[in-house]
Amino acid sequence: MPAVSETIETVQSVQEGGYKWGFETDIEMEFAPKGLNEAIVRFISRKKNEPEWLLEWRLKAFALWRKMEEPRWAAVNFPPIDYQDAHYYAAPKQKAAPKSLDEVDPELLRTYEKLGIPLREQERLQGIAVDAVFDSVSVATTFKERLEQEGIIFCSISEAVQKHPELVREYLGSVVPQADNFFAALNSAVFTDGSFVYIPKGVRCPMELSTYFRINARSTGQFERTLIIADAGSHVSYLEGCTAPMRDENQLHAAVVELVALDDATIKYSTVQNWYPGDAEGRGGIYNFVTKRGACRGARSKISWTQVETGSAITWKYPSCILQGDDSVGEFYSVAITNNRQQADTGTKMFHIGRNTRSTIVSKGISAGRGQNTYRGLVKISPKAHGARNFTQCDSLLIGDQCGAHTVPYIENRCLTAKVEHEATTSRIAEDQLFYCRQRGLSEEEAVGLIVNGFCREVLKELPMEFAVEAQKLLAISLEGSVG
Amino acid sequence: MLKIEGLTAEVEGRPILKGIDLEVPAGEVHAVMGPNGSGKSTLSYVLAGREGYEITGGRVTFDGRDLLAMEPEERAAAGLFLAFQYPVELPGVGNANFLRTALNAVRRARGEPELDAMQFLKLARAKLKALHMSEEMIKRNVNVGFSGGEKKRNEVLQMALLEPKLAILDETDSGLDIDALKIVADGVNAMRGPGFSALVITHYQRLLDHIVPDRVHVLMDGRIVKSGPASLALELEAEGYAKVAA
Repeated sequence: MPAVSETIETVQSVQEGGYKWGFETDIEMEFAPKGLNEAIVRFISRKKNEPEWLLEWRLKAFALWRKMEEPRWAAVNFPPIDYQDAHYYAAPKQKAAPKSLDEVDPELLRTYEKLGIPLREQERLQGIAVDAVFDSVSVATTFKERLEQEGIIFCSISEAVQKHPELVREYLGSVVPQADNFFAALNSAVFTDGSFVYIPKGVRCPMELSTYFRINARSTGQFERTLIIADAGSHVSYLEGCTAPMRDENQLHAAVVELVALDDATIKYSTVQNWYPGDAEGRGGIYNFVTKRGACRGARSKISWTQVETGSAITWKYPSCILQGDDSVGEFYSVAITNNRQQADTGTKMFHIGRNTRSTIVSKGISAGRGQNTYRGLVKISPKAHGARNFTQCDSLLIGDQCGAHTVPYIENRCLTAKVEHEATTSRIAEDQLFYCRQRGLSEEEAVGLIVNGFCREVLKELPMEFAVEAQKLLAISLEGSVG
Repeated sequence: MLKIEGLTAEVEGRPILKGIDLEVPAGEVHAVMGPNGSGKSTLSYVLAGREGYEITGGRVTFDGRDLLAMEPEERAAAGLFLAFQYPVELPGVGNANFLRTALNAVRRARGEPELDAMQFLKLARAKLKALHMSEEMIKRNVNVGFSGGEKKRNEVLQMALLEPKLAILDETDSGLDIDALKIVADGVNAMRGPGFSALVITHYQRLLDHIVPDRVHVLMDGRIVKSGPASLALELEAEGYAKVAA
């Protein structure tokens, strides 16, 4: 039907014109020379004034990485990446580390304002503490003093290395070891900044913690490292948002996130990923190759991942849970949208080790344009995980007839008393649904937004409220006008 | 209110409507009766602007405007409502949210202020009460898991909220038991007045016992072959389409 192709064109134009975070900040930057070698690793470590043990740790990772090969098992296609043709360190030039926000370059503050993340005292987001990471470095963290009163540490990982080396040394790489995979090894060698969180025993973090990642500089990669430790009986909710300028080159984002939950601790980790997705022909966009993993080390601990993935040219990420503690709980709620030429291969891994461990996986994949969307997940139950339970639900929604949805669930159950359930559906936005909505007065855009939000409702309700509203708008923008 | 002149339409190259002339003045309820395959549903979809129907001739004016040039949502905003023969399910979409979005879209188009969640709820409760429907109706997802009768009642609720100038009821009586039929008919009758017209499309006479039309039109093979007062429906019931049309 001609109206369908017409609306698909509308989606494409909206998508191209619709990435309103695509601006570039003009600011004086300091770069490491292009390329990746031992000298660069040493350069980064020196820049950050790191202790010897961390430099050794990085060099070991670099040596491992050189022997590893880029994984190619995911259902994504991309030309070979020249790892020597990028800067591994890019930072806004500052005379000295800013002691307060007054010393932060106003151009940077304006950038975050434009992104809707005001950092200045009087304009801060209520109830959300923000760590703002700009290319390779953290430029500001808000509400630090308020959090310190509770004994909570929330700072950039570079600062944590200086001020809390014992914690960093104990936990860094303890969930995602250097040799875990190609991108994790690369990150371990060259990570430049990221957020660090420690919640002391029994403390319930009084506000949402959040990191806002921004890639700005040309020809650079972003390699951030986030480490969150929730001590016994503590509770924290952490949010992560990301954007990047519109460029015709592909940029690499290879982050590592490690979470550790001790006895009775809960970590809720939410992501709204909106990296630049590339244009309609697939030029440009971020390669989002990320390793995220949480360890439920303590009994009755809980780690919950919620992600809304709308951006990036390619997404390769599997936020996972290692359920070691007895009665520990892992959750993964995901919405992934691919439009135009976007490709996503995302899912989770749930490792059931402790007794009575439980996991829930709810994945909603939406494909439009020529997008390719794959759910890939592993549920592994060890022989000792008596009474373990998993429930998995994977739903795919197709918009148009040139996109694809794929579901690749792996289940390895070695325990007779464990129970694993898997459900999967694939559907389309039907013409009659759209017509029904339009007959009631909704525009095509409103109708698609409503139907898609309905499809994703189970996941969106897991997001903190401020984020849920943002995520709903983002879903509508990513898919405006599409018809199936 | 609605004026159809020489309307012809095709579906996949097959002529279905072969020259319809029909006028529904403001404040009147007209019935269109016809056997299966006569073009009843095509007529309602063409008037509402559904994709896949090619208009090959004729014109339709609605409230003085060229209806066929308008998008489906513009027709809705102008006050045209179609009660579907098979209401569509929208999984995960709450009925209250859907109704409010629809109402606000229409209000926006009319230049009226939008209703917030509280204002909407107050209005919806009043309408539910008037229609003798439970509040559960708006708490569920749009038509998901609704029985046939519940779906039709939901259509009537939407009509009551959107307050259209013209409602087209496309075989709203099909699959309804007598109680549901009465609720639907009461809903339509409650709206009757100088600012409300309806086109009741049906195969059988029984709905017209409850919604007594001002005029009845007989549609056969894509044309209106006979028009008359309400009693024409009884004649059709007694003698069959073939004889009446002959």
